[in-house]
Amino acid sequence: MASHGPQHYQKIWLILSVLLVVSFVGPFVADALRASESLEALALPLTLLTAFGIAFWKAWLVAKNFMHVNVQPRYVLYLLATCLVFMLLFYAGTAPDVMKQAGSNWTKPPIAEAVHAGQH
Amino acid sequence: MPESAPAPTHEAAHHEPENWVLKYLWSTDHKVIAMQYLVTGVFMALIGGFFAYAFRMQLAFPGAEVPGYGLVSPSDYNALVTNHGTIMIFWVAMPVLVAAFGNFLIPLMVGCDDMVFPKINRLSFQVFFLSAVVLLASFFVEGGAFGGAWTAYPPLSAVGEYSLTPLGSTLWLVAVALEFVAFLLGGINFITTAMNSRAPGMRLYDIPIVVWMIVIASVLFMLSVGPLIAGAIMLFMDQQVGTGFFDPARGGDPILWQHLFWFFGHPEVYVVLLPALGITAEIICIFSRKKLFAYRTILYTVFATGILSFTVWAHHQFIAGIDPRMAHIFTITTLLISVPIAEMCFVYIATLYKGSITLNTPMLWGLAFIFEFLIGGVTGIFLGASGADIYFHDTYFVLAHFHYTFFPIAIIGTYAGITLWFPKMFGKMLNDRLGKIHFWGTIIPFNLIFIPLFFLGGLGQHRRIYDYVHFPELMRENVLFGLGMQDLRVLATVSLLVMLAFQVVFFVNVYLSLKNGPRAGRNPWKATTLEWLTPSPPPHGNFAELPTVYRGAYEYSHPDRQEDYWPQWEPEFGPGAGRG
Amino acid sequence: MRPIANTRSAAGITTGRLAVWWVVGSEIVIFGGLLASYIMHRLAHASWAEQAAHTNVWIGLFNTFVLLTSSLFAVLAHYAAETERNGPKAARYLLFTFFGGLTFLLVKAAEWTIEITAGYTVTSNGFWSFYYTAAGLHATHVLAGMIIMLIVAHAARQGRELHRVELIGIYWHFVDIVWIFLFPLLYIAK
Repeated sequence: MASHGPQHYQKIWLILSVLLVVSFVGPFVADALRASESLEALALPLTLLTAFGIAFWKAWLVAKNFMHVNVQPRYVLYLLATCLVFMLLFYAGTAPDVMKQAGSNWTKPPIAEAVHAGQH
Repeated sequence: MPESAPAPTHEAAHHEPENWVLKYLWSTDHKVIAMQYLVTGVFMALIGGFFAYAFRMQLAFPGAEVPGYGLVSPSDYNALVTNHGTIMIFWVAMPVLVAAFGNFLIPLMVGCDDMVFPKINRLSFQVFFLSAVVLLASFFVEGGAFGGAWTAYPPLSAVGEYSLTPLGSTLWLVAVALEFVAFLLGGINFITTAMNSRAPGMRLYDIPIVVWMIVIASVLFMLSVGPLIAGAIMLFMDQQVGTGFFDPARGGDPILWQHLFWFFGHPEVYVVLLPALGITAEIICIFSRKKLFAYRTILYTVFATGILSFTVWAHHQFIAGIDPRMAHIFTITTLLISVPIAEMCFVYIATLYKGSITLNTPMLWGLAFIFEFLIGGVTGIFLGASGADIYFHDTYFVLAHFHYTFFPIAIIGTYAGITLWFPKMFGKMLNDRLGKIHFWGTIIPFNLIFIPLFFLGGLGQHRRIYDYVHFPELMRENVLFGLGMQDLRVLATVSLLVMLAFQVVFFVNVYLSLKNGPRAGRNPWKATTLEWLTPSPPPHGNFAELPTVYRGAYEYSHPDRQEDYWPQWEPEFGPGAGRG
Repeated sequence: MRPIANTRSAAGITTGRLAVWWVVGSEIVIFGGLLASYIMHRLAHASWAEQAAHTNVWIGLFNTFVLLTSSLFAVLAHYAAETERNGPKAARYLLFTFFGGLTFLLVKAAEWTIEITAGYTVTSNGFWSFYYTAAGLHATHVLAGMIIMLIVAHAARQGRELHRVELIGIYWHFVDIVWIFLFPLLYIAK
């Protein structure tokens, strides 16, 4: 199953390390962009892309090359994907309620105060 | 793939341990572990039943001394109700239907010698046993057992000053978490065994339905329980460390727990329902001597049910202040999920059609399961619709509804399974006449307990109330056939007493049958699946020679055969009966 | 003592590996539930960003690097065990992985000590509650993996149960992936 040799694994490790540095530097660059007026709009996409987009990329590199998920029977990948999809489902059903500031008989003072203070 | 251990031979792997402890307490044999789960489950069922007896007596005769218990104080009442629910679902339905039948049936029915990981299997039971001990221990700590309902909504469950059971709530939570660990270990064992260790020749569509059902139930459990384990960690931190995950005053969210809980809690209904449906399918085929109608359709239906069951959870929260737009979505998915379940009922009825039906004890239990569960399912439609649920929520209508689903699952399903496989488990036949007395003595009082409760719920009787005497609008006279509301409560309680008394018949039957019952032989029901190939009870290692499978699981009344059943293990090929 | 059931592979995959994939699936939903809860809270509380600014990104960066490197050793151990069938070599690589995990935990202990002395405790704010709970759950998994790794390495050194090297590796890579997501969620996002 391990069709790749140690050199391949070291190469993947190197790519992962470079990506790690990129994901680390990205938000700093984004902070710098926030200072300039013309490029401010780019700051948020850059942060999201470097911090989280790269995380997905790295996770896939590890899953594919270290865990060999791509050479397992197909259903293994489907199983893992199902777990992730159900988590998205959970998020979709739950977030509309949890992200509210108040419900029947309760409020969340920390958010309400922050909104009041204009931080939102 | 390197397998460093040499492949064991069948004999070498299965010399039975001589020592009594190794044989019955520390065993890795799946049949012994199944018995351990069964005995623990039945013991917990007795405790849960005793709790029901105590709080039903309080409701029927408020303030009176309950024989065998004493006075039921309000905090006792809360603890009894809470732990009745917790025990019946997590320590009765799960261990008996999923773990006991799963352990006993899966290796036998797929034709292998044991579970794939016998030691993990043993560990699973040990963790489960520990969880039961922790739960029962919570009754003896300062403050008493947790009384905040089996759903453990915060802030009642999170803050010791509110629940007044700071230690009891934590022990409750730890017990439930340990129980989840036990079933994750057991579930992975079940799934892996059924996927990987099937007998040669057994294709996916040759697997008996009950094995499919238990495996799918284990998958559903595994996929749904994760968020609740995370939630249990968070609730534990809230209780013991002082975080505010579920405290809105500190930015947390009490609704989050409800979502975490019901994201597990609703699929959990199907986790226990599916094994009961599977047991019923086996019974209906065997005792109507017919091939299962639409085997593949049932499977696809179960897959659909499994997926849909993850999309309906918030129908438990319609009045919790959730977003009304989400409530619409959850209403639609909830009504949708009744379609596959109804389809399964139709498939079972179609299997019965024109069969040669034997009305013995297991068949009675199987038919009763379909009938009673149908009532539970139909009343669920009222509650799934968010508009109607606003009225019905937290009334006895809800309570009667879910008892009409869980009682058929946990009690009727269990008795169906035990009466069907008792000859295989113990090598003796159960007495059919005593079995029928026990059946009618359970079914009739069961309906007399919960039908009055439907009416009480419709009249607005709220749950979680200790004593209705002080609520004049809940003490009305002449509401149903001249009976008052309190009369209906007494009727339900008396029916419960009758039902509990009739359970003695079952234990007498088991005792007498084990002692004097006729020997069962290998295949008393003339059934087709692999467990009936083994001697009764099956020896250590199950099969003298591991079987090969030649056909599907339900070849009853095949036109080319003289006998009306064609076991999976028989190699002969009739005309046109070859694979293909 | 291994039952015949364990040696069959009707699903086209060895039993141990199949079971480990199911374990990984069940872990995905455990961490998934916790992280989903964190993300929705985080998006609702803009004020948590200033709390997150007090995490030490450099330590997080170092720990991510340590885990990535330990994952490399785990996959090299798998290669040594499966392709070269060299038990002692696999055991050596597993020990490197073990020390990677140990470094991770020690650094984390130091990091938490700094933060707790600075007053950022598990009860001080919702962000810190999630920070300690999520990282603590992950650290528990690291610790469990390290213990199992020692057991597997001990057997592998004597040339026994070499297939287990891959199984502990799959688990370890999964723990690594969880950290790959925890790092931006807890440290980088502000």
